[in-house]
Amino acid sequence: MKTKSIILALAASLATSTAAYAEEMTIVSWGGAYQASQKSAYTDPYMEMNPDIEVVWDRSSNEAVAKLRAMNEAGNVTWDLVDVVAADAMRLCDEGLAMEYDPDEMLAPAPDGTPASEDFGDLIVSDCFIPQIVYSTTAAYRPDLLPEGAPAPESICAMFDTETYPGKRALEKRPINNVEWALICDGVAKEDVYDVLETEEGQDRAFAKLDTIKDDVIWWSAAAEPPQLLADGEIVMGSSYNGRWFSAIVEENQPFKMLWDAQVFDLDGWIIPAGLPEDRLAMVKDFVKYATDTQRLADQAAYISYGPARNSSAPLVGKHAELGVDMGPHMPTAPENSKNVFVYNYEWWADYRDDLDAKFQAWLVQ
Amino acid sequence: MSDTTTNTAEKLTTSDGKPLKASLAKALRRQKMRALLLIAPLLLFVLISFAAPIVDMLFRSVQNEIVPETLPRTVTVLESWDESSGEIPSDVVFSALRDDLVIAAERKRHTRLGSRLNYEMTGMSSLFRKTGRRVDDFGEIFTEQFENLNEAWVEPATWVSLMASEDWVAAQSKWAAAGDDAVPQPAFVLSEAAKQALPRTADIYSGFADVIRTEDGDSPTQEEPWNPVYAALYDDLIENPDAASSYSGAMAELLLTAAEAVPSFEALTAREEFIDADEDWGSLAVWQTLDRYSGRYTDGYYLAALDAQRTADGIEMVPEGQRIYLLLFMRTLILSVVITCSCLLLGYPVAFLLSHLPLRSANLLMILVLLPFWTSLLVRTSAWKVLLQQQGVINDMLVFIGLVSDDGRLALINNATGTVIAMTHILLPFMILPLYSVMKTISPTYVRAAKSLGATDWTAFWRIYFRSLCRGSARVLFWSSSCRSATTSRPNLSAVPPVSSSRTGSPTTSRVP
Repeated sequence: MKTKSIILALAASLATSTAAYAEEMTIVSWGGAYQASQKSAYTDPYMEMNPDIEVVWDRSSNEAVAKLRAMNEAGNVTWDLVDVVAADAMRLCDEGLAMEYDPDEMLAPAPDGTPASEDFGDLIVSDCFIPQIVYSTTAAYRPDLLPEGAPAPESICAMFDTETYPGKRALEKRPINNVEWALICDGVAKEDVYDVLETEEGQDRAFAKLDTIKDDVIWWSAAAEPPQLLADGEIVMGSSYNGRWFSAIVEENQPFKMLWDAQVFDLDGWIIPAGLPEDRLAMVKDFVKYATDTQRLADQAAYISYGPARNSSAPLVGKHAELGVDMGPHMPTAPENSKNVFVYNYEWWADYRDDLDAKFQAWLVQ
Repeated sequence: MSDTTTNTAEKLTTSDGKPLKASLAKALRRQKMRALLLIAPLLLFVLISFAAPIVDMLFRSVQNEIVPETLPRTVTVLESWDESSGEIPSDVVFSALRDDLVIAAERKRHTRLGSRLNYEMTGMSSLFRKTGRRVDDFGEIFTEQFENLNEAWVEPATWVSLMASEDWVAAQSKWAAAGDDAVPQPAFVLSEAAKQALPRTADIYSGFADVIRTEDGDSPTQEEPWNPVYAALYDDLIENPDAASSYSGAMAELLLTAAEAVPSFEALTAREEFIDADEDWGSLAVWQTLDRYSGRYTDGYYLAALDAQRTADGIEMVPEGQRIYLLLFMRTLILSVVITCSCLLLGYPVAFLLSHLPLRSANLLMILVLLPFWTSLLVRTSAWKVLLQQQGVINDMLVFIGLVSDDGRLALINNATGTVIAMTHILLPFMILPLYSVMKTISPTYVRAAKSLGATDWTAFWRIYFRSLCRGSARVLFWSSSCRSATTSRPNLSAVPPVSSSRTGSPTTSRVP
């Protein structure tokens, strides 16, 4: 135990000895277009204002929970600010790996003086979670690949209808969203989904529904895969994050159509690792206050089609920074797109994630 | 006879009069020491960076301290419970669990315990998370009744004078008066009287004081105790009605009135509260799992890796639907064999050709063999995708020349076929290079000699060439199959999901936005 800690600490300090100076701030994010939007909207202007601070990026958000656990065990947390989805933030908070904060004290109020806790509202789903964007997981298809005479799909259940829409479909290689969609298409009412899923029979029912399309599914683990597969004509439809579909459709002119039906809203935001030393904490707090103010959140939407988490940012969302496309209609929150939204239950998933993950993996190899 | 030998031995001495044997041994020892010193840095490096982590990992694979450390009270009282009794444990166990869990939840350790136990029984994680969120309300019914009895019961000061030793109270007030944040708060000490009269309450209260001090940096003199403390007080007073009269410290009177009142209290047992929070606490299986994995060491991880588990009747296989590891082992094994065979099939002729060509053309071909090494994994993987997918180059060509119909395009990727193709490609150099190095050492004169002695082509090949090859080949197979197991999950063309796939995302792509 002790040797292990020492070794881990040694390795960690060697690996990050360059990041140990007070002027450097290590921010962890998802890489790709998303991290680029954060860089353009938050860190570039911030570094211009604070030339003595240098931001170091780490693209480890998809394994943030595991890595933070290891860092905590080794007693050497080298990250200053971590971008995670809400469910991960809840897990980290539960385990004491993320710092609890007071929104009104740490975050800037809206321009009209509304305190941050009201401006963010319900989106602060955990005491540690500093919301940033609202994104959604939704399906898209290619009209030209549908069989002749088949009606354009209007509901998420087209995913499970291999008779009308033969061909492969891409789904994310994890239970989240898939089991909910399976139950909805098996006739469970939207509001009852999590009650049903809580029971053994309900879980079996969801997997039985997924069984009907198991042979037709290509499982993805990187969100860039489904747009690629769809562009190649490998699949007829697939699920991915709305921002990915947006860049394929608008930036790359792909002939995709988005389904938006039963899109699942999710949140992404920051957490500050627990136990940072005072000087680093002060630096991070200053950055977070800047990066989550009303204007900055609205700025980010000019680079990627994710909705800002603040109410006060919504009216400020303008056009795409390069293409000049109006971003409003591409937001998951636009009224046209959000006719049928499925509300993802964070707390439920925080509780049942381990259970369902184990079952999903077992189901997958059977 | 023996005398003579000793005499001769004694006679053999070095110039300074020491026996030759000792002198030689000394010189040899010095030499050995010098050699050891020379390799010492390397040895140390290997020990620290290689051997120690392996030993530590092996140790971790049986370590189970998280259970007894998070639930110390429960584990102790659970020892007297018989898992084959068919009944869930008594209230005593539930009370102990309540005390353990409230402390664990305050310290945010219960979720880790839940994750640990979830390996043994699916559902444990959610059980601990859910209950952990509610456990600080357990015993609220008693808090209210004690408060109704006397407002003093919700005063932190009452509890301090009831529970704390005088020395601690003095030290604490001195610390508070000094107001120096740099000096740590004195650790809480129970009074002997409280320990004697109210053992359970004292136990959980000192746990409470400890958490308040270490987690929140507050003092128990400022904080009202948790609800479970009141429940423990109720338990103590009910169990031992004389406790109050035997208690001699401060607040004796308050305690006496409470002891008189408790029999008329509205009561809720810990068991009822747990089952109310989650009915799984009433399930025998949950308790059996907890009991079985309450030791400091466990074979649970090893069993789980073989799809087995411990039950009341010994070790058994897990239910059919939950078995994954053996299946994955089998698939890995089969794929390894298939890939080794195809590597051998493709690699053998190439290696043979290379070893028999003149050096110049051999070198040129060798560069071609090594080419895959210089290509990034990502490029190779993407290239295979372009070639193999259903709308890909190979399928397009097959359709074009009419070998397959447009509807019957072959599935060459995202399944075992894709894995075999891509892995064979990646591992082919690892087969060719060692084969080539062995073939190079087999002198062509052997085969020629065999033939000139009348052997047929086949006999010469089989008895001479092949046998020589075999001697060098164990190394080849070992090398290529160990590379294979190391790289199995890398190219994402496989239909066989690595178990913890959620953690091994491709390095260049991100999972979210």
